[in-house]
Amino acid sequence: MSNWDRFLDSFFNLRVMADQLPKIVDGFFLTVVLALCIVATGLIAGLLLAVVRALGIRPLNWLIIFVVDLFRALPPLVIIVLLYFGLPAMGMELSGFGAAWLALSLVLMAFAEEVYWAGITAVPKGQWEAARSTGIGFLPTLGAVVLPQALRMTIPPLTSRTIAITKGTALASVVAVPEILGAAQAGVSFSFNPSPLTLGALAYLILFLPVVILGRWIETRFAWKR
Amino acid sequence: MADIVDARAIHKHFGPLHVLKGVDLTVAERELVFVIGPSGSGKSTLLRCLNRLEEPTSGSILVDGIDMLDKRTDINRARQRIGMVFQSFNLYPHMTALGNVALALRKVLKQGRAEAEQRAQAALARVHLADRADHYPGQLSGGQQQRVAIARAIALEPRVMLFDEPTSALDPELVGGVLQAMRELREDGMTMVVVSHEMGFARAAADRVVFMADGMKLEEGPPGQIFGDPQHERTRAFIRQIERH
Amino acid sequence: MQDFVEAFLNIEIAREAAPILWQGLWQTLLLSVIVVPLGILGGIILALLSTVHSAWVRWPLRVWTDLFRALPPLVLLVFIYAGLPFAGLEMGAFGAVALGFFLNTGAYYGEILRAGIESIPRGQVEAARSTGLTRWQALSLIVLPQAVRNVLPDLVSNTLEVVKLTSIASVVALPELLFQARQAQSVTYNATPIVAAAVAYFILLWPVVRLLSRLENRQLAGR
Ligand SMILES: Nc1ncnc2c1ncn2[C@@H]1O[C@H](COP(=O)(O)OP(=O)(O)OP(=O)(O)O)[C@@H](O)[C@H]1O
Ligand SMILES: [Mg+2]
Repeated sequence: MSNWDRFLDSFFNLRVMADQLPKIVDGFFLTVVLALCIVATGLIAGLLLAVVRALGIRPLNWLIIFVVDLFRALPPLVIIVLLYFGLPAMGMELSGFGAAWLALSLVLMAFAEEVYWAGITAVPKGQWEAARSTGIGFLPTLGAVVLPQALRMTIPPLTSRTIAITKGTALASVVAVPEILGAAQAGVSFSFNPSPLTLGALAYLILFLPVVILGRWIETRFAWKR
Repeated sequence: MADIVDARAIHKHFGPLHVLKGVDLTVAERELVFVIGPSGSGKSTLLRCLNRLEEPTSGSILVDGIDMLDKRTDINRARQRIGMVFQSFNLYPHMTALGNVALALRKVLKQGRAEAEQRAQAALARVHLADRADHYPGQLSGGQQQRVAIARAIALEPRVMLFDEPTSALDPELVGGVLQAMRELREDGMTMVVVSHEMGFARAAADRVVFMADGMKLEEGPPGQIFGDPQHERTRAFIRQIERH
Repeated sequence: MQDFVEAFLNIEIAREAAPILWQGLWQTLLLSVIVVPLGILGGIILALLSTVHSAWVRWPLRVWTDLFRALPPLVLLVFIYAGLPFAGLEMGAFGAVALGFFLNTGAYYGEILRAGIESIPRGQVEAARSTGLTRWQALSLIVLPQAVRNVLPDLVSNTLEVVKLTSIASVVALPELLFQARQAQSVTYNATPIVAAAVAYFILLWPVVRLLSRLENRQLAGR
């Protein structure tokens, strides 16, 4: 067998690929579901935190800042492992999927809060004053005047963060979630051939390449004026 | 006396745009040539072709006898002999005035730090900014920045200086200092090509005025003739318009 | 409460695990000191290539960058570590981590530096070239220093992510902090070592997070 043949047999072994394809496809959809869950809960939780922070209650704000700092400083994999192996000791069983979802949501929440908050503070004070002077309450002002302006600014930085964090779904393979990477690794040990990894990498590219390209477009389209 | 600048039949295209349509420009030693013309006529492009910041499509350019368009010419060595001053100063904001002037001395002329700084200091003194050597560009006025830019160019002891609208980004009260520096340079015998709308300076200091329009040299002559008795209707219209300001 | 302390903040177990956690922490620091410069090097190479005005460079560069930004770093690492040996490329856990980080984080650093370079006005290069500086000198002496300063917050932020990312080396059994913590946890059946590792990461990286908040706020204020 020539080197080239050996290479093809290792990384593009069609028989192995065909064998493992169904599992990788399952993993693909699991990854998509996990990613969507993370994006939804993370972005919403982050927005809630930012809104609470806008209320300006001192002790609460310190707590929020600490939580945000905490989840910006800890590696996502450490959080996943801690939740997955730690919580059972407290009598709270969490599935691998649940651990990954919760952990990455917390991470996204922290980054999103920072970005939303930056956006809110970037809206000129005059906007608040104009709305409040016409008798509009605090929350309606925030919701109808400030947030719409702030959110537009947050789109580019949020996009790149969200993409980076949802790519962390691959970390769920460490806690036995059969998402793409998990399924691919299982396939490798089953067939003793790395073709499933090739397949897995391709699956990730199919999933994330459009997202990365879209993100690049969004970043230039909505770019902050510097 | 040989010409310092001898440019012949310069053509320049930007894609489909024909910006220079066969321009000749010669500048004798110690001569100050003033280039005027409406916006978009190709003045900047012509100047930038002379030190090959732009690549002419065709033509020939000799500067101090060096063929600027010959691929074998060491362009970086050749550029030492051609100082350039830009409308927007283009000082390096992360270096002091002294650092700005000394950089090319060290990196191009390979001088040691002490020697380069000494020469840079002398160049700053020539534009009356010896006391601003340690300032960063952000701490200097526009006029001072432009004088540092002049010092940066003359420190390399060029054979010719090119000025591209050196005063048009300046507040009116800062223009005088820059023109004064240019006047002193001229008195020291520097060969200069100046693109500018400062007609008073042109009248007083230029040996020759070149009028460009639509990528061509329409006419040239001593300032008295170009300003007092222009031959072309376009030149006349342009000068009338400028003088109204 | 008693149970909680027992399971997560067990002094006994923390003391027992301390030596191997120390080793792990050292490995993490060592790894960071190696992979961060490696990634920056990769980024500088990519950013410099992006200044070449040729479609033959531009397009492959863009494909390369997007490819390694789309591929999760753990996938890349597992591919290198578990896949390449089948092609006769055995490089061990450390080699795999180094290569994976070079490719992945290099793409990110490259994008940041490219944005920085593009933020510098053309006149800067033209002024430098007009005094006889070479293309390379203009880039390295004039453009890069300004570019780095303009994107400093992004560079620090990315570096923070890279240091955090070293935790994935645990997956290929490189004995860094998380790996050691999991080892200790699996021996003691107690989560305290993982908590201890988390605390260590936090102590190590919290100052950086604070610094970043400052830098980002300053950037916002200057806008
Ligand atoms: N890099 C470029 N790419 C494409 N077109 C260019 C470029 N530089 C200049 N041009 C065009 O070439 C023409 C001449 O430009 P140039 O800057 O030389 O004019 P100018 O006489 O200096 O005008 P101004 O007085 O406004 O500075 C203009 O139409 C301009 O749009
Ligand atoms: Mg011009």
